[in-house]
Amino acid sequence: MYNGSIMSDTLSTSDIQHIAKLANIKLGPDEEKKLYPQLASILDYISQLQKVSTEKVESTSQVTGRVNVFREDEIDTSRVLTQEQVLSNAPASHNGHIRVKAIFEE
Amino acid sequence: MDLSDLTIKEAREKLHKKEFSAAELVQASLERITAIDPQIHAFLTVAQKEATKAAQDADQLIAQGVNKPLLGIPVAAKDLYSTQNIRTTAGAKIIEHYIPPYDATAVCRLKEAGAIVIGKTNEDAWGHGSSGENSDYGPTKNPYDLTRVPGGSSSGSAAAVATGMCLAATGTDTGSSIRLPAAFCNLVGIKPTYGRVPRYGIIAMASSFDTIGHLTKTVYDNALVCEITSGKDPYDGTSADVPVPKYTSWLGRPIRGMKIGLPKEYFDANGMDGNIRRVIETATEVLKNLGAEIVDVSLPHTKYAMACYYVLVPSEISSNLARFDGIRYGYTRETFGQEAKRRIMIGTYALSAGYYDAYYLKAAKVRTLIKKDFDDAFSNVDVLIVPSFPSTPFAIGEKTTDPLSMYLSDIFMCPVNLAGVPAINMPAGFVDGLPVGMQIIGSQFAEEKLYKIAYAYEHETEWYKIKPNL
Repeated sequence: MYNGSIMSDTLSTSDIQHIAKLANIKLGPDEEKKLYPQLASILDYISQLQKVSTEKVESTSQVTGRVNVFREDEIDTSRVLTQEQVLSNAPASHNGHIRVKAIFEE
Repeated sequence: MDLSDLTIKEAREKLHKKEFSAAELVQASLERITAIDPQIHAFLTVAQKEATKAAQDADQLIAQGVNKPLLGIPVAAKDLYSTQNIRTTAGAKIIEHYIPPYDATAVCRLKEAGAIVIGKTNEDAWGHGSSGENSDYGPTKNPYDLTRVPGGSSSGSAAAVATGMCLAATGTDTGSSIRLPAAFCNLVGIKPTYGRVPRYGIIAMASSFDTIGHLTKTVYDNALVCEITSGKDPYDGTSADVPVPKYTSWLGRPIRGMKIGLPKEYFDANGMDGNIRRVIETATEVLKNLGAEIVDVSLPHTKYAMACYYVLVPSEISSNLARFDGIRYGYTRETFGQEAKRRIMIGTYALSAGYYDAYYLKAAKVRTLIKKDFDDAFSNVDVLIVPSFPSTPFAIGEKTTDPLSMYLSDIFMCPVNLAGVPAINMPAGFVDGLPVGMQIIGSQFAEEKLYKIAYAYEHETEWYKIKPNL
């Protein structure tokens, strides 16, 4: 508990660490302390949605009604980047590939 | 040459009559940036070399008698727009050195029409903000009062047009980000229908909300740019396959008999400044005198719009920003600014196991109800008119310590994005020397109605002629 006056019904302090892990973000202790009351007040605010009756209401994820926009699976050379272009912003590359950290143990 | 008194329409005429060359026009734009941008901070990158070269090319074309709608016109692009070989940061430090290998479709279309990209404008990082203060590069100042915010997130674009550093600037509007800076800087700002202008090449904030538009001094200039950037793009599956009207041909038509709705939820909102209310009432009176019919309407779910928005948008943000991992470009995730981290955290929470139904799915259903409010209203009226903001532009620093109060700045604007409908901010007057904006909202793909009414109003009032004193 960071601040007795700001405790949320919806958010616990351990939630913060869990969410940060899911989001792949490292938070320092000071950052966590600052974020907690901010996130708690935002989540409390958005909880008012529970008051809206949405029985028999469909969800909306696309507003103009377009569905299943397909194209032929063909290479469009006008939009293909060269290997050099693709690598031009990579922090590290090797032999025309992007270099990444090893993910397997030896 | 002073670009602050020049519109695109006038500049085209003067270029055509050889009163000045494109090179001189671009030079004047660059000189204005050098002279005043140190106090405004509208630009993150100035493309001096590229713009100078493009101006020479434009002059050659003009000499050959080539006529293009924006030939030789200096425009600025918000830094979310990918610009080939010109640094693009999204206002965020994490991609401080990113150089896109291609142009966004909107940038391609502007260049094909002859426009010259003069530089990239400052913004709240990733578009996350309403004031410009969330830029990782420091805030832009409001040209009408340097102690106040210019509105965000397209803050640099607004300040650049308002001060004559360019003749038009692009923006993106996910929740207010074109209209609010337009309102705070006395400009015409269009948030078109979702999908009207392609999103391809524009760094994504919230993909089902992001809308591509622009800011200009006048309605004519705005309609002109919109008929260039609009239209289906094979690279953006969400771009609309709907014919693009010639918007400029709708200007000057009579508005007699058009029905304008005033939603009571906006005018009765908490914190609504009486002076602002009077400005908007005076504006609707002007339209009434031109023969429009004014009626009261209701958008009953308005009070839930902000809560709905702040579930769905951070959810989409957390997904879109997941790609920034420092492998293909940019730094690692520690470099995200505070606001990006907040939004990623909220979105990740709303989408996480056990909370998805209660937050994301619930909000997606409430979105349906909010959209239906607009559909119902437009079955009875042509457009809606609402204030753009409940008070005058706020002071720099006033809302930065309380993220929720900053979020609620967009209370008159976010519902439009939830419904995907178009809206235009029109300069509607001044209170205490500060600009006040009015939104005209239409049904999906009815931009021409917005332009028609906006033009009629501008013709009567000409607020755009009041410039900032710098």
